[in-house]
Amino acid sequence: MSRLTASMCCLALTATTLATPAIAQEDAGKKTQTSRTFWGVSAEKLEYRYSDSDEELAVIEGDAFYGTDELKFLWLFEGEWEEAHNAWEMLENQFVAQTPVSDFWDAKAGIRIDTPEGPDRVYGVLGLTGLAPYWFEVDTNLYVSDEGDASVDFEAEYELLITNYWIVSATFETLVAFSEDKEIGVGEGLNSTEVGVRLSYDLIDRAFSPYIGVVHERKYSDTANLARDSGGGTEDWFAVVGARISF
Amino acid sequence: MNKGFLIAILAGLMPLQVLAGEYDISVDRVQIDTGDFVKEGIGYNGASPGPVLRFKEGEKVTINVTNNLDEMTSIHWHGLILPFEQDGVPGISFPGIKPGETFTYKFPIVQNGTYWFHSHSGFQEPNGAYGAIVIEPEGREPFRYDREYVVQLTDKHPHSGDRIMRNLKMSADYYNRQQQTVGDFFSESAEKGFMATLMDRMMWGDMRMMKADIEDVQGFTGLMNGKGPEQNWTGLFKPGERVRLRFINSSAMTYFDIRIPGLEMTVVQADGNNVQPVNVDEFRIGVAETYDVIVHIKDEEAYTIFAESMGRSGYARGTLAPEEGMTAEVPELREAPLLTMADMAGHMDHGDMKHDDMNGDNMAGMDHSDMGGNDEMDHSAMGHGSMDHGDDASLPEDPFYAKGSGLVPTASNGGKFLSYSDLKAQKPLYEDREPTREIELRLTGNMERYEWSINGIKYEDADPIVLQYGERVRFKFVNETMMTHPMHLHGMWSILEVGEGKWNPLKHVISVAPATTVYMETEVDAPGEWAFHCHLSYHAASGMFRKIVVEGGPDSTVAEGKQSGKQGGES
Ligand SMILES: [Cu+2]
Repeated sequence: MSRLTASMCCLALTATTLATPAIAQEDAGKKTQTSRTFWGVSAEKLEYRYSDSDEELAVIEGDAFYGTDELKFLWLFEGEWEEAHNAWEMLENQFVAQTPVSDFWDAKAGIRIDTPEGPDRVYGVLGLTGLAPYWFEVDTNLYVSDEGDASVDFEAEYELLITNYWIVSATFETLVAFSEDKEIGVGEGLNSTEVGVRLSYDLIDRAFSPYIGVVHERKYSDTANLARDSGGGTEDWFAVVGARISF
Repeated sequence: MNKGFLIAILAGLMPLQVLAGEYDISVDRVQIDTGDFVKEGIGYNGASPGPVLRFKEGEKVTINVTNNLDEMTSIHWHGLILPFEQDGVPGISFPGIKPGETFTYKFPIVQNGTYWFHSHSGFQEPNGAYGAIVIEPEGREPFRYDREYVVQLTDKHPHSGDRIMRNLKMSADYYNRQQQTVGDFFSESAEKGFMATLMDRMMWGDMRMMKADIEDVQGFTGLMNGKGPEQNWTGLFKPGERVRLRFINSSAMTYFDIRIPGLEMTVVQADGNNVQPVNVDEFRIGVAETYDVIVHIKDEEAYTIFAESMGRSGYARGTLAPEEGMTAEVPELREAPLLTMADMAGHMDHGDMKHDDMNGDNMAGMDHSDMGGNDEMDHSAMGHGSMDHGDDASLPEDPFYAKGSGLVPTASNGGKFLSYSDLKAQKPLYEDREPTREIELRLTGNMERYEWSINGIKYEDADPIVLQYGERVRFKFVNETMMTHPMHLHGMWSILEVGEGKWNPLKHVISVAPATTVYMETEVDAPGEWAFHCHLSYHAASGMFRKIVVEGGPDSTVAEGKQSGKQGGES
């Protein structure tokens, strides 16, 4: 836990240095006539998953941000709660600073703290997020753990409007590790993929959009072996029901 | 005569002024009932919209504004020519009005016509802080009418201004519910062919732009004098009367296309200034503009005043009727327009395409031999309707829209739709003279991030624009975005270039459509510090804003301004 506290302090320090840019002030209108800082909280996924092997998971993926056009601070939260074990199978918190690097792309840097059931890990994060041509929302990160292991994840999402309220979103996630970290079940190479399709309806503005969908998870090569060794499955189909929330 | 000069004279004559009016305005929390929803908002004298202030040209007004809110407030007198300390922009003209305080505005009324007032603090104006101003002229008007009504429009949204701004920053298309769907793809495929439709979508997708980016805040209820479509504001008339309607667009974000089915409208004023009368069936009113029209009603019938949003996502409606309770048919909203490639000039990086190359020929492939050697859109050289490049002959030609633009309006009855080119001053206020210099202002933005700017720089990072008293500056607006921006200069007139020399109309808001270049000239006759911005509330708040500093000028005017500023403020 002390490791976590240290990292948090480090982040706070970065935050304060970054948040006080030199502004050529004297034009008081700049303070009264424009809005500078914004915040938002959203959960892209808040769902229940039922697998074909009777596994039940509660999954949350959300974020909160505060900042300006030039610099935002984000807290990204991801968790998988396993019903059967009554435990967080996966639980990660990321604290990152994000800044635009081009019209459609932001770079981010910060830390990720994993505290699931089992061993903890702290990672340094460098990421890129934005909108690729043809409206693909992309998020990719490089992680280096406190054990010295590096990995890369990649997420893409595409939204198809059936109507302006009924939306199908297709997601793809994958993780590739450059070295093995047996303790947390990470093998070298391609680890896993997750493909999801969800049909949502914007019930209250874009603030509350319930959805149903299917998700397919698969583990590969070394990672699959590690999973098998610990008695887990390597491939799962899930039916999901949940909601997207934003306020 | 030069108005700055007039202010100076009036200031000098102040002790002799007999005509003086004192007005009290309180800024209050109010309930706003649109008929669709009820929400808490901000109003004046207990209501939103606030009172109609009636001034007389030549009058010296004293307006006591009491802030009953728990936050700072301000009132800006939109379109009025006055000393800059009275202009009401916190941080530029004055510090603002603290909670519980009364600020006294004092200024001479040196003009006549239809104007309005609104808060220039935060999102108080979208939240309801607005009202109308009617100024009677000293002399006779060049038109006759039997009765008149103010018709003040707004776009009332269930969300507060802060909430809207935040949501737009979280996702710029938060309020856009007119995006193209799978169904649209198939119906378009059936019409234009699958490959053509696919290529079209790929082209837009490649640039990450949306054809439906016309109204970035939808989901509002249009109000006419504070009444929703169901509540039906009604103006009474007697058959045979000429009725003057003073249209004011006080919306935060919405352009309206206005028509009164069954009646022809004669436009007699634009932004408070008399124009040579022009008969129209429909006209578009940009955010913060005003248009006065006269309708001659012969029959004992009800007529709907239908104000449809430019993007057809909502409307305001009222009725003109011989007696209360009568109604006429309310038209359906027309199909929403879509932007075309021609509206995208700023986004297409062809390398050889200069910013001021607004002929749109890169996209339309049209023959521009008859446009002479103009490398920019020259309104004076473009006749009215004389151009026919034939790439879409069904659309009327209008130099204030990109060639082939999806935004070119048409009258619903196939008749006359007002264009800026139709506006000619009734009586030139200024001598026509050569501008002393030109300032290019590119209207820029990043729709995906909901950032808006001028010359790629947001207000917070920008230096003020410095003008010299006595200059005549030519502003060149180049709209590189895909949205229409109503640009508003405080304190001085914007002389809109329509190619009519000294008969170019005087305005306070100049609407610039996507991918067009529009010129305006300003006689720099008002010393001080002024605001200049896009009047779309959320564009201004996200950076499409500048401070303009006018240096020099007659000391008397400055001194007089300072004096009255101090009397009222900083208690
Ligand atoms: Cu704008």
